[in-house]
Amino acid sequence: MSKRSTTIYWTGFSIILALLIVAPLVLPEFWRRFLTEILIWGLLAMSSDILIGYTGMVSFGHSAFFGLGMYGAAAALLMVKPPNLWLAIVYGLIGSAGIALFVAYFSTRLRDIYFAITTLIFSQIFYVIIFTWTDVTGGENGLTFSRPALGIPGLFSVPFSSETLHWFVLAVVTASYLILRRITQSPFGMVLQSIRENEGRTRAIGYAVERYKIVAVMLSGLFAGLAGVLYAIQNRFAAPDFVYFLVSGETVIFNVMGGIGTLVGPIVGAAFFLLLRETFSRFFTEFYLIPVGVIFIAMVIFMPQGLLGFMRRWLNQ
Amino acid sequence: MSPDPTPMEPLVAVEDVHTYYGKSHILHGVSLHVDRGEVVGLLGRNGVGKSTTLKTIMGLVYPNRGKVLFAGKPITGLPAHKLARLGIGYVPEDRRIFRLLTVMENLRTGLDRHGVTEARKQELLDKAFTYFPVLAERRNQAGGTLSGGEQQMLAIARAMMLEPKIILLDEPTEGLMPRMVSQIREIIEVLHREGVAILLVEQNVPLTLEASQRVYIMEKGAMRHHCAASELKIDDAVVHQYLGV
Amino acid sequence: MTPVLEFLQAIPYDQILIQTVNGIVTGMILALIASGLTLIFGIMDVVNFAHGELFMFGAYMGVVVLAATGSFWLALLLATLIVALIGAALQITTLRPLIGRDPLTTILATFGISLVMQNYALWQFGPVARKIQEPFTGQFTLFYLAYPWYRVLIAGLSAAIIGAFWLFLKYGTYGIWIRATTQDRVMAEAMGIPVSWVYTTVFAIGAGMAAASGVLFGPLVGVNHAMGVDWILKAFIVVVVGGMGSLGGSIAASIFISLLEAYASIWVSPAQAVIVSFVVLILTLLFRPTGLFVPTPK
Repeated sequence: MSKRSTTIYWTGFSIILALLIVAPLVLPEFWRRFLTEILIWGLLAMSSDILIGYTGMVSFGHSAFFGLGMYGAAAALLMVKPPNLWLAIVYGLIGSAGIALFVAYFSTRLRDIYFAITTLIFSQIFYVIIFTWTDVTGGENGLTFSRPALGIPGLFSVPFSSETLHWFVLAVVTASYLILRRITQSPFGMVLQSIRENEGRTRAIGYAVERYKIVAVMLSGLFAGLAGVLYAIQNRFAAPDFVYFLVSGETVIFNVMGGIGTLVGPIVGAAFFLLLRETFSRFFTEFYLIPVGVIFIAMVIFMPQGLLGFMRRWLNQ
Repeated sequence: MSPDPTPMEPLVAVEDVHTYYGKSHILHGVSLHVDRGEVVGLLGRNGVGKSTTLKTIMGLVYPNRGKVLFAGKPITGLPAHKLARLGIGYVPEDRRIFRLLTVMENLRTGLDRHGVTEARKQELLDKAFTYFPVLAERRNQAGGTLSGGEQQMLAIARAMMLEPKIILLDEPTEGLMPRMVSQIREIIEVLHREGVAILLVEQNVPLTLEASQRVYIMEKGAMRHHCAASELKIDDAVVHQYLGV
Repeated sequence: MTPVLEFLQAIPYDQILIQTVNGIVTGMILALIASGLTLIFGIMDVVNFAHGELFMFGAYMGVVVLAATGSFWLALLLATLIVALIGAALQITTLRPLIGRDPLTTILATFGISLVMQNYALWQFGPVARKIQEPFTGQFTLFYLAYPWYRVLIAGLSAAIIGAFWLFLKYGTYGIWIRATTQDRVMAEAMGIPVSWVYTTVFAIGAGMAAASGVLFGPLVGVNHAMGVDWILKAFIVVVVGGMGSLGGSIAASIFISLLEAYASIWVSPAQAVIVSFVVLILTLLFRPTGLFVPTPK
């Protein structure tokens, strides 16, 4: 990246970050939570971008990673007293990593459409398991639990307020973004992009494409699971609805609307979608998906690069 | 339907066509014309843009600049299926017959058109089987089971079923044994006698010079030479220069 | 000897018999849905996420026409035609612009369509399930059990529709056009075949088949806006297990999976019986990823 570009990038980054830090102090409660939700869904969409935008693998299975992260956190928060934040994160990540490994093993041999369909089916498999295994997962009703406090055991413990939770989520999402950005710009990330451009050629050059794909899926799954953990902490419940493939579908919508291959695009896409939902709910109540769906279809046809698509090259330098 | 062209007007005219594949500039201002009933040869080494020129005429590729005219009317940008119905037949390089369809079904893709009576269809079929008896034998066999030469016959017969005014032939003798090559030569002659125009792309220079009335020579996406076939001899300097044998 | 005899006696033969017939019936409906899906994928390379919603719309159209005319058969016919037209309209507006682009864009577009259709149906018809009356009631005795005639009719009609379509593909002019387009789109175009209209027609036919399944299936379950969702998943599984693009494979896989699920439901709840299809999918992906019923490619 040229010196000037770098400066512009980090300046922009800092400004936006500053805005997000200040936001909860000035916004009413509803919008505060809304913003936090945007960040969480944005993280989920960002994780999915690793696969869609950088490796060229469209996955409809992210609801499984997200959901397992959520239920993993739930498990930690319910089983271990007092509820421990960090344990929740760890359990959530293990849960989603496990699922990611399973999905990766089966699907990375499949190309394109077959991969997409298979991930979809897998996420439904987990949905059915969670839905029917009522003893363990609470079935239809899900699990409720209390929010853990922010703290390091033995040192200090401070319950989350709406603001501090927002900042915690912001910190996690920002850190995730920076980590993922680092990864996509690393040699590993370059190989992924090469796979997206031309898998055959990448393989011919000598890269073990399947292994890279598996790592990509794991990476994607981990951060999706992290999003699930954050969601669990914010909302204090876990429900099978979030494992339903509709969530995967919405994730893909965020990606497409925001612009794949940009990492921040999906976050913007999530914000855009959620804002559209808010707006249209006023007029269409629960049928907001009719106009929003039409907008999505129009974007797929006429604006496939998404809202931030034009910035894609610049953001990836 | 467009009225018959006046005797002055070429059947097919390509005017200053520039075609790109992505960023590659393949055709640089190509112009040519074919008159009714004429056999015109298009020569040049591999990769100079001969096939692309045919595809541009056939509407399989759209030029970025320039025009294509059929019987005086512009056809640039029209989809290929309309052009086929207007009367342009296409026999591509590597034949591209429908491998999983039978010989009969392959022919039917050209036969089954509006405004063709059953009697006329039978006539056309009989004609195809007369010129290509081997196709009659194999009429219910899948196209993919035919030999290379037989597939070439099928590809030409299939185009003939469209009752075209012009047939675009892309390297029909490629990979064929000498016996088949002379069969192709005969077919070109027959089609010519019937008044079907032919634009013949070929690497086989002697055949082309024999069969055509005029020839064009292409190099690097542009027309370099154009003359009557009779004016060119195989050992001409021009031939050496552009066809590098 | 006795344990074997005990085991043999413990097998619920009557249940197995019933479930065999049930499995075939469900299998035929699934086959009809999956055929449309496979057709659209095999010929146009489009994964039609909205297929379940076309099924659902067909069922609702059936409800509407039935209420207006009182005739089940008219409902079946009109629902099929109406949804076929809707399918054609959808293809022209949203899928034609996407031809030639990354095939994944069609998944996204059809996914969007499915969301819009589901919510539209919810909006127009409300959340309460509707019912389609069977054209005739009446049962026959299957050995010593009473089995409804209507279910047998469903299986028969589905088979007839698929069969009719197969004949159409094999012999008609348009069948040749479709097959030629599938094999070589460019050359078909060069032979005067209007390829975009072929695609529209194929999509419309697929939509019509889904709609017919919806009407036929209507009397067995309630008609509601979400009924397509379960079926689309199963249809996808069938298409993968049967071999993508293989009509025969989809039919075989449909019946195979439906039979297994029907048998499973003797011992476990229907909600859990769906695990069967998942297991079959996983096994297929592990051992014969090109499809269980497709000859292994060399």
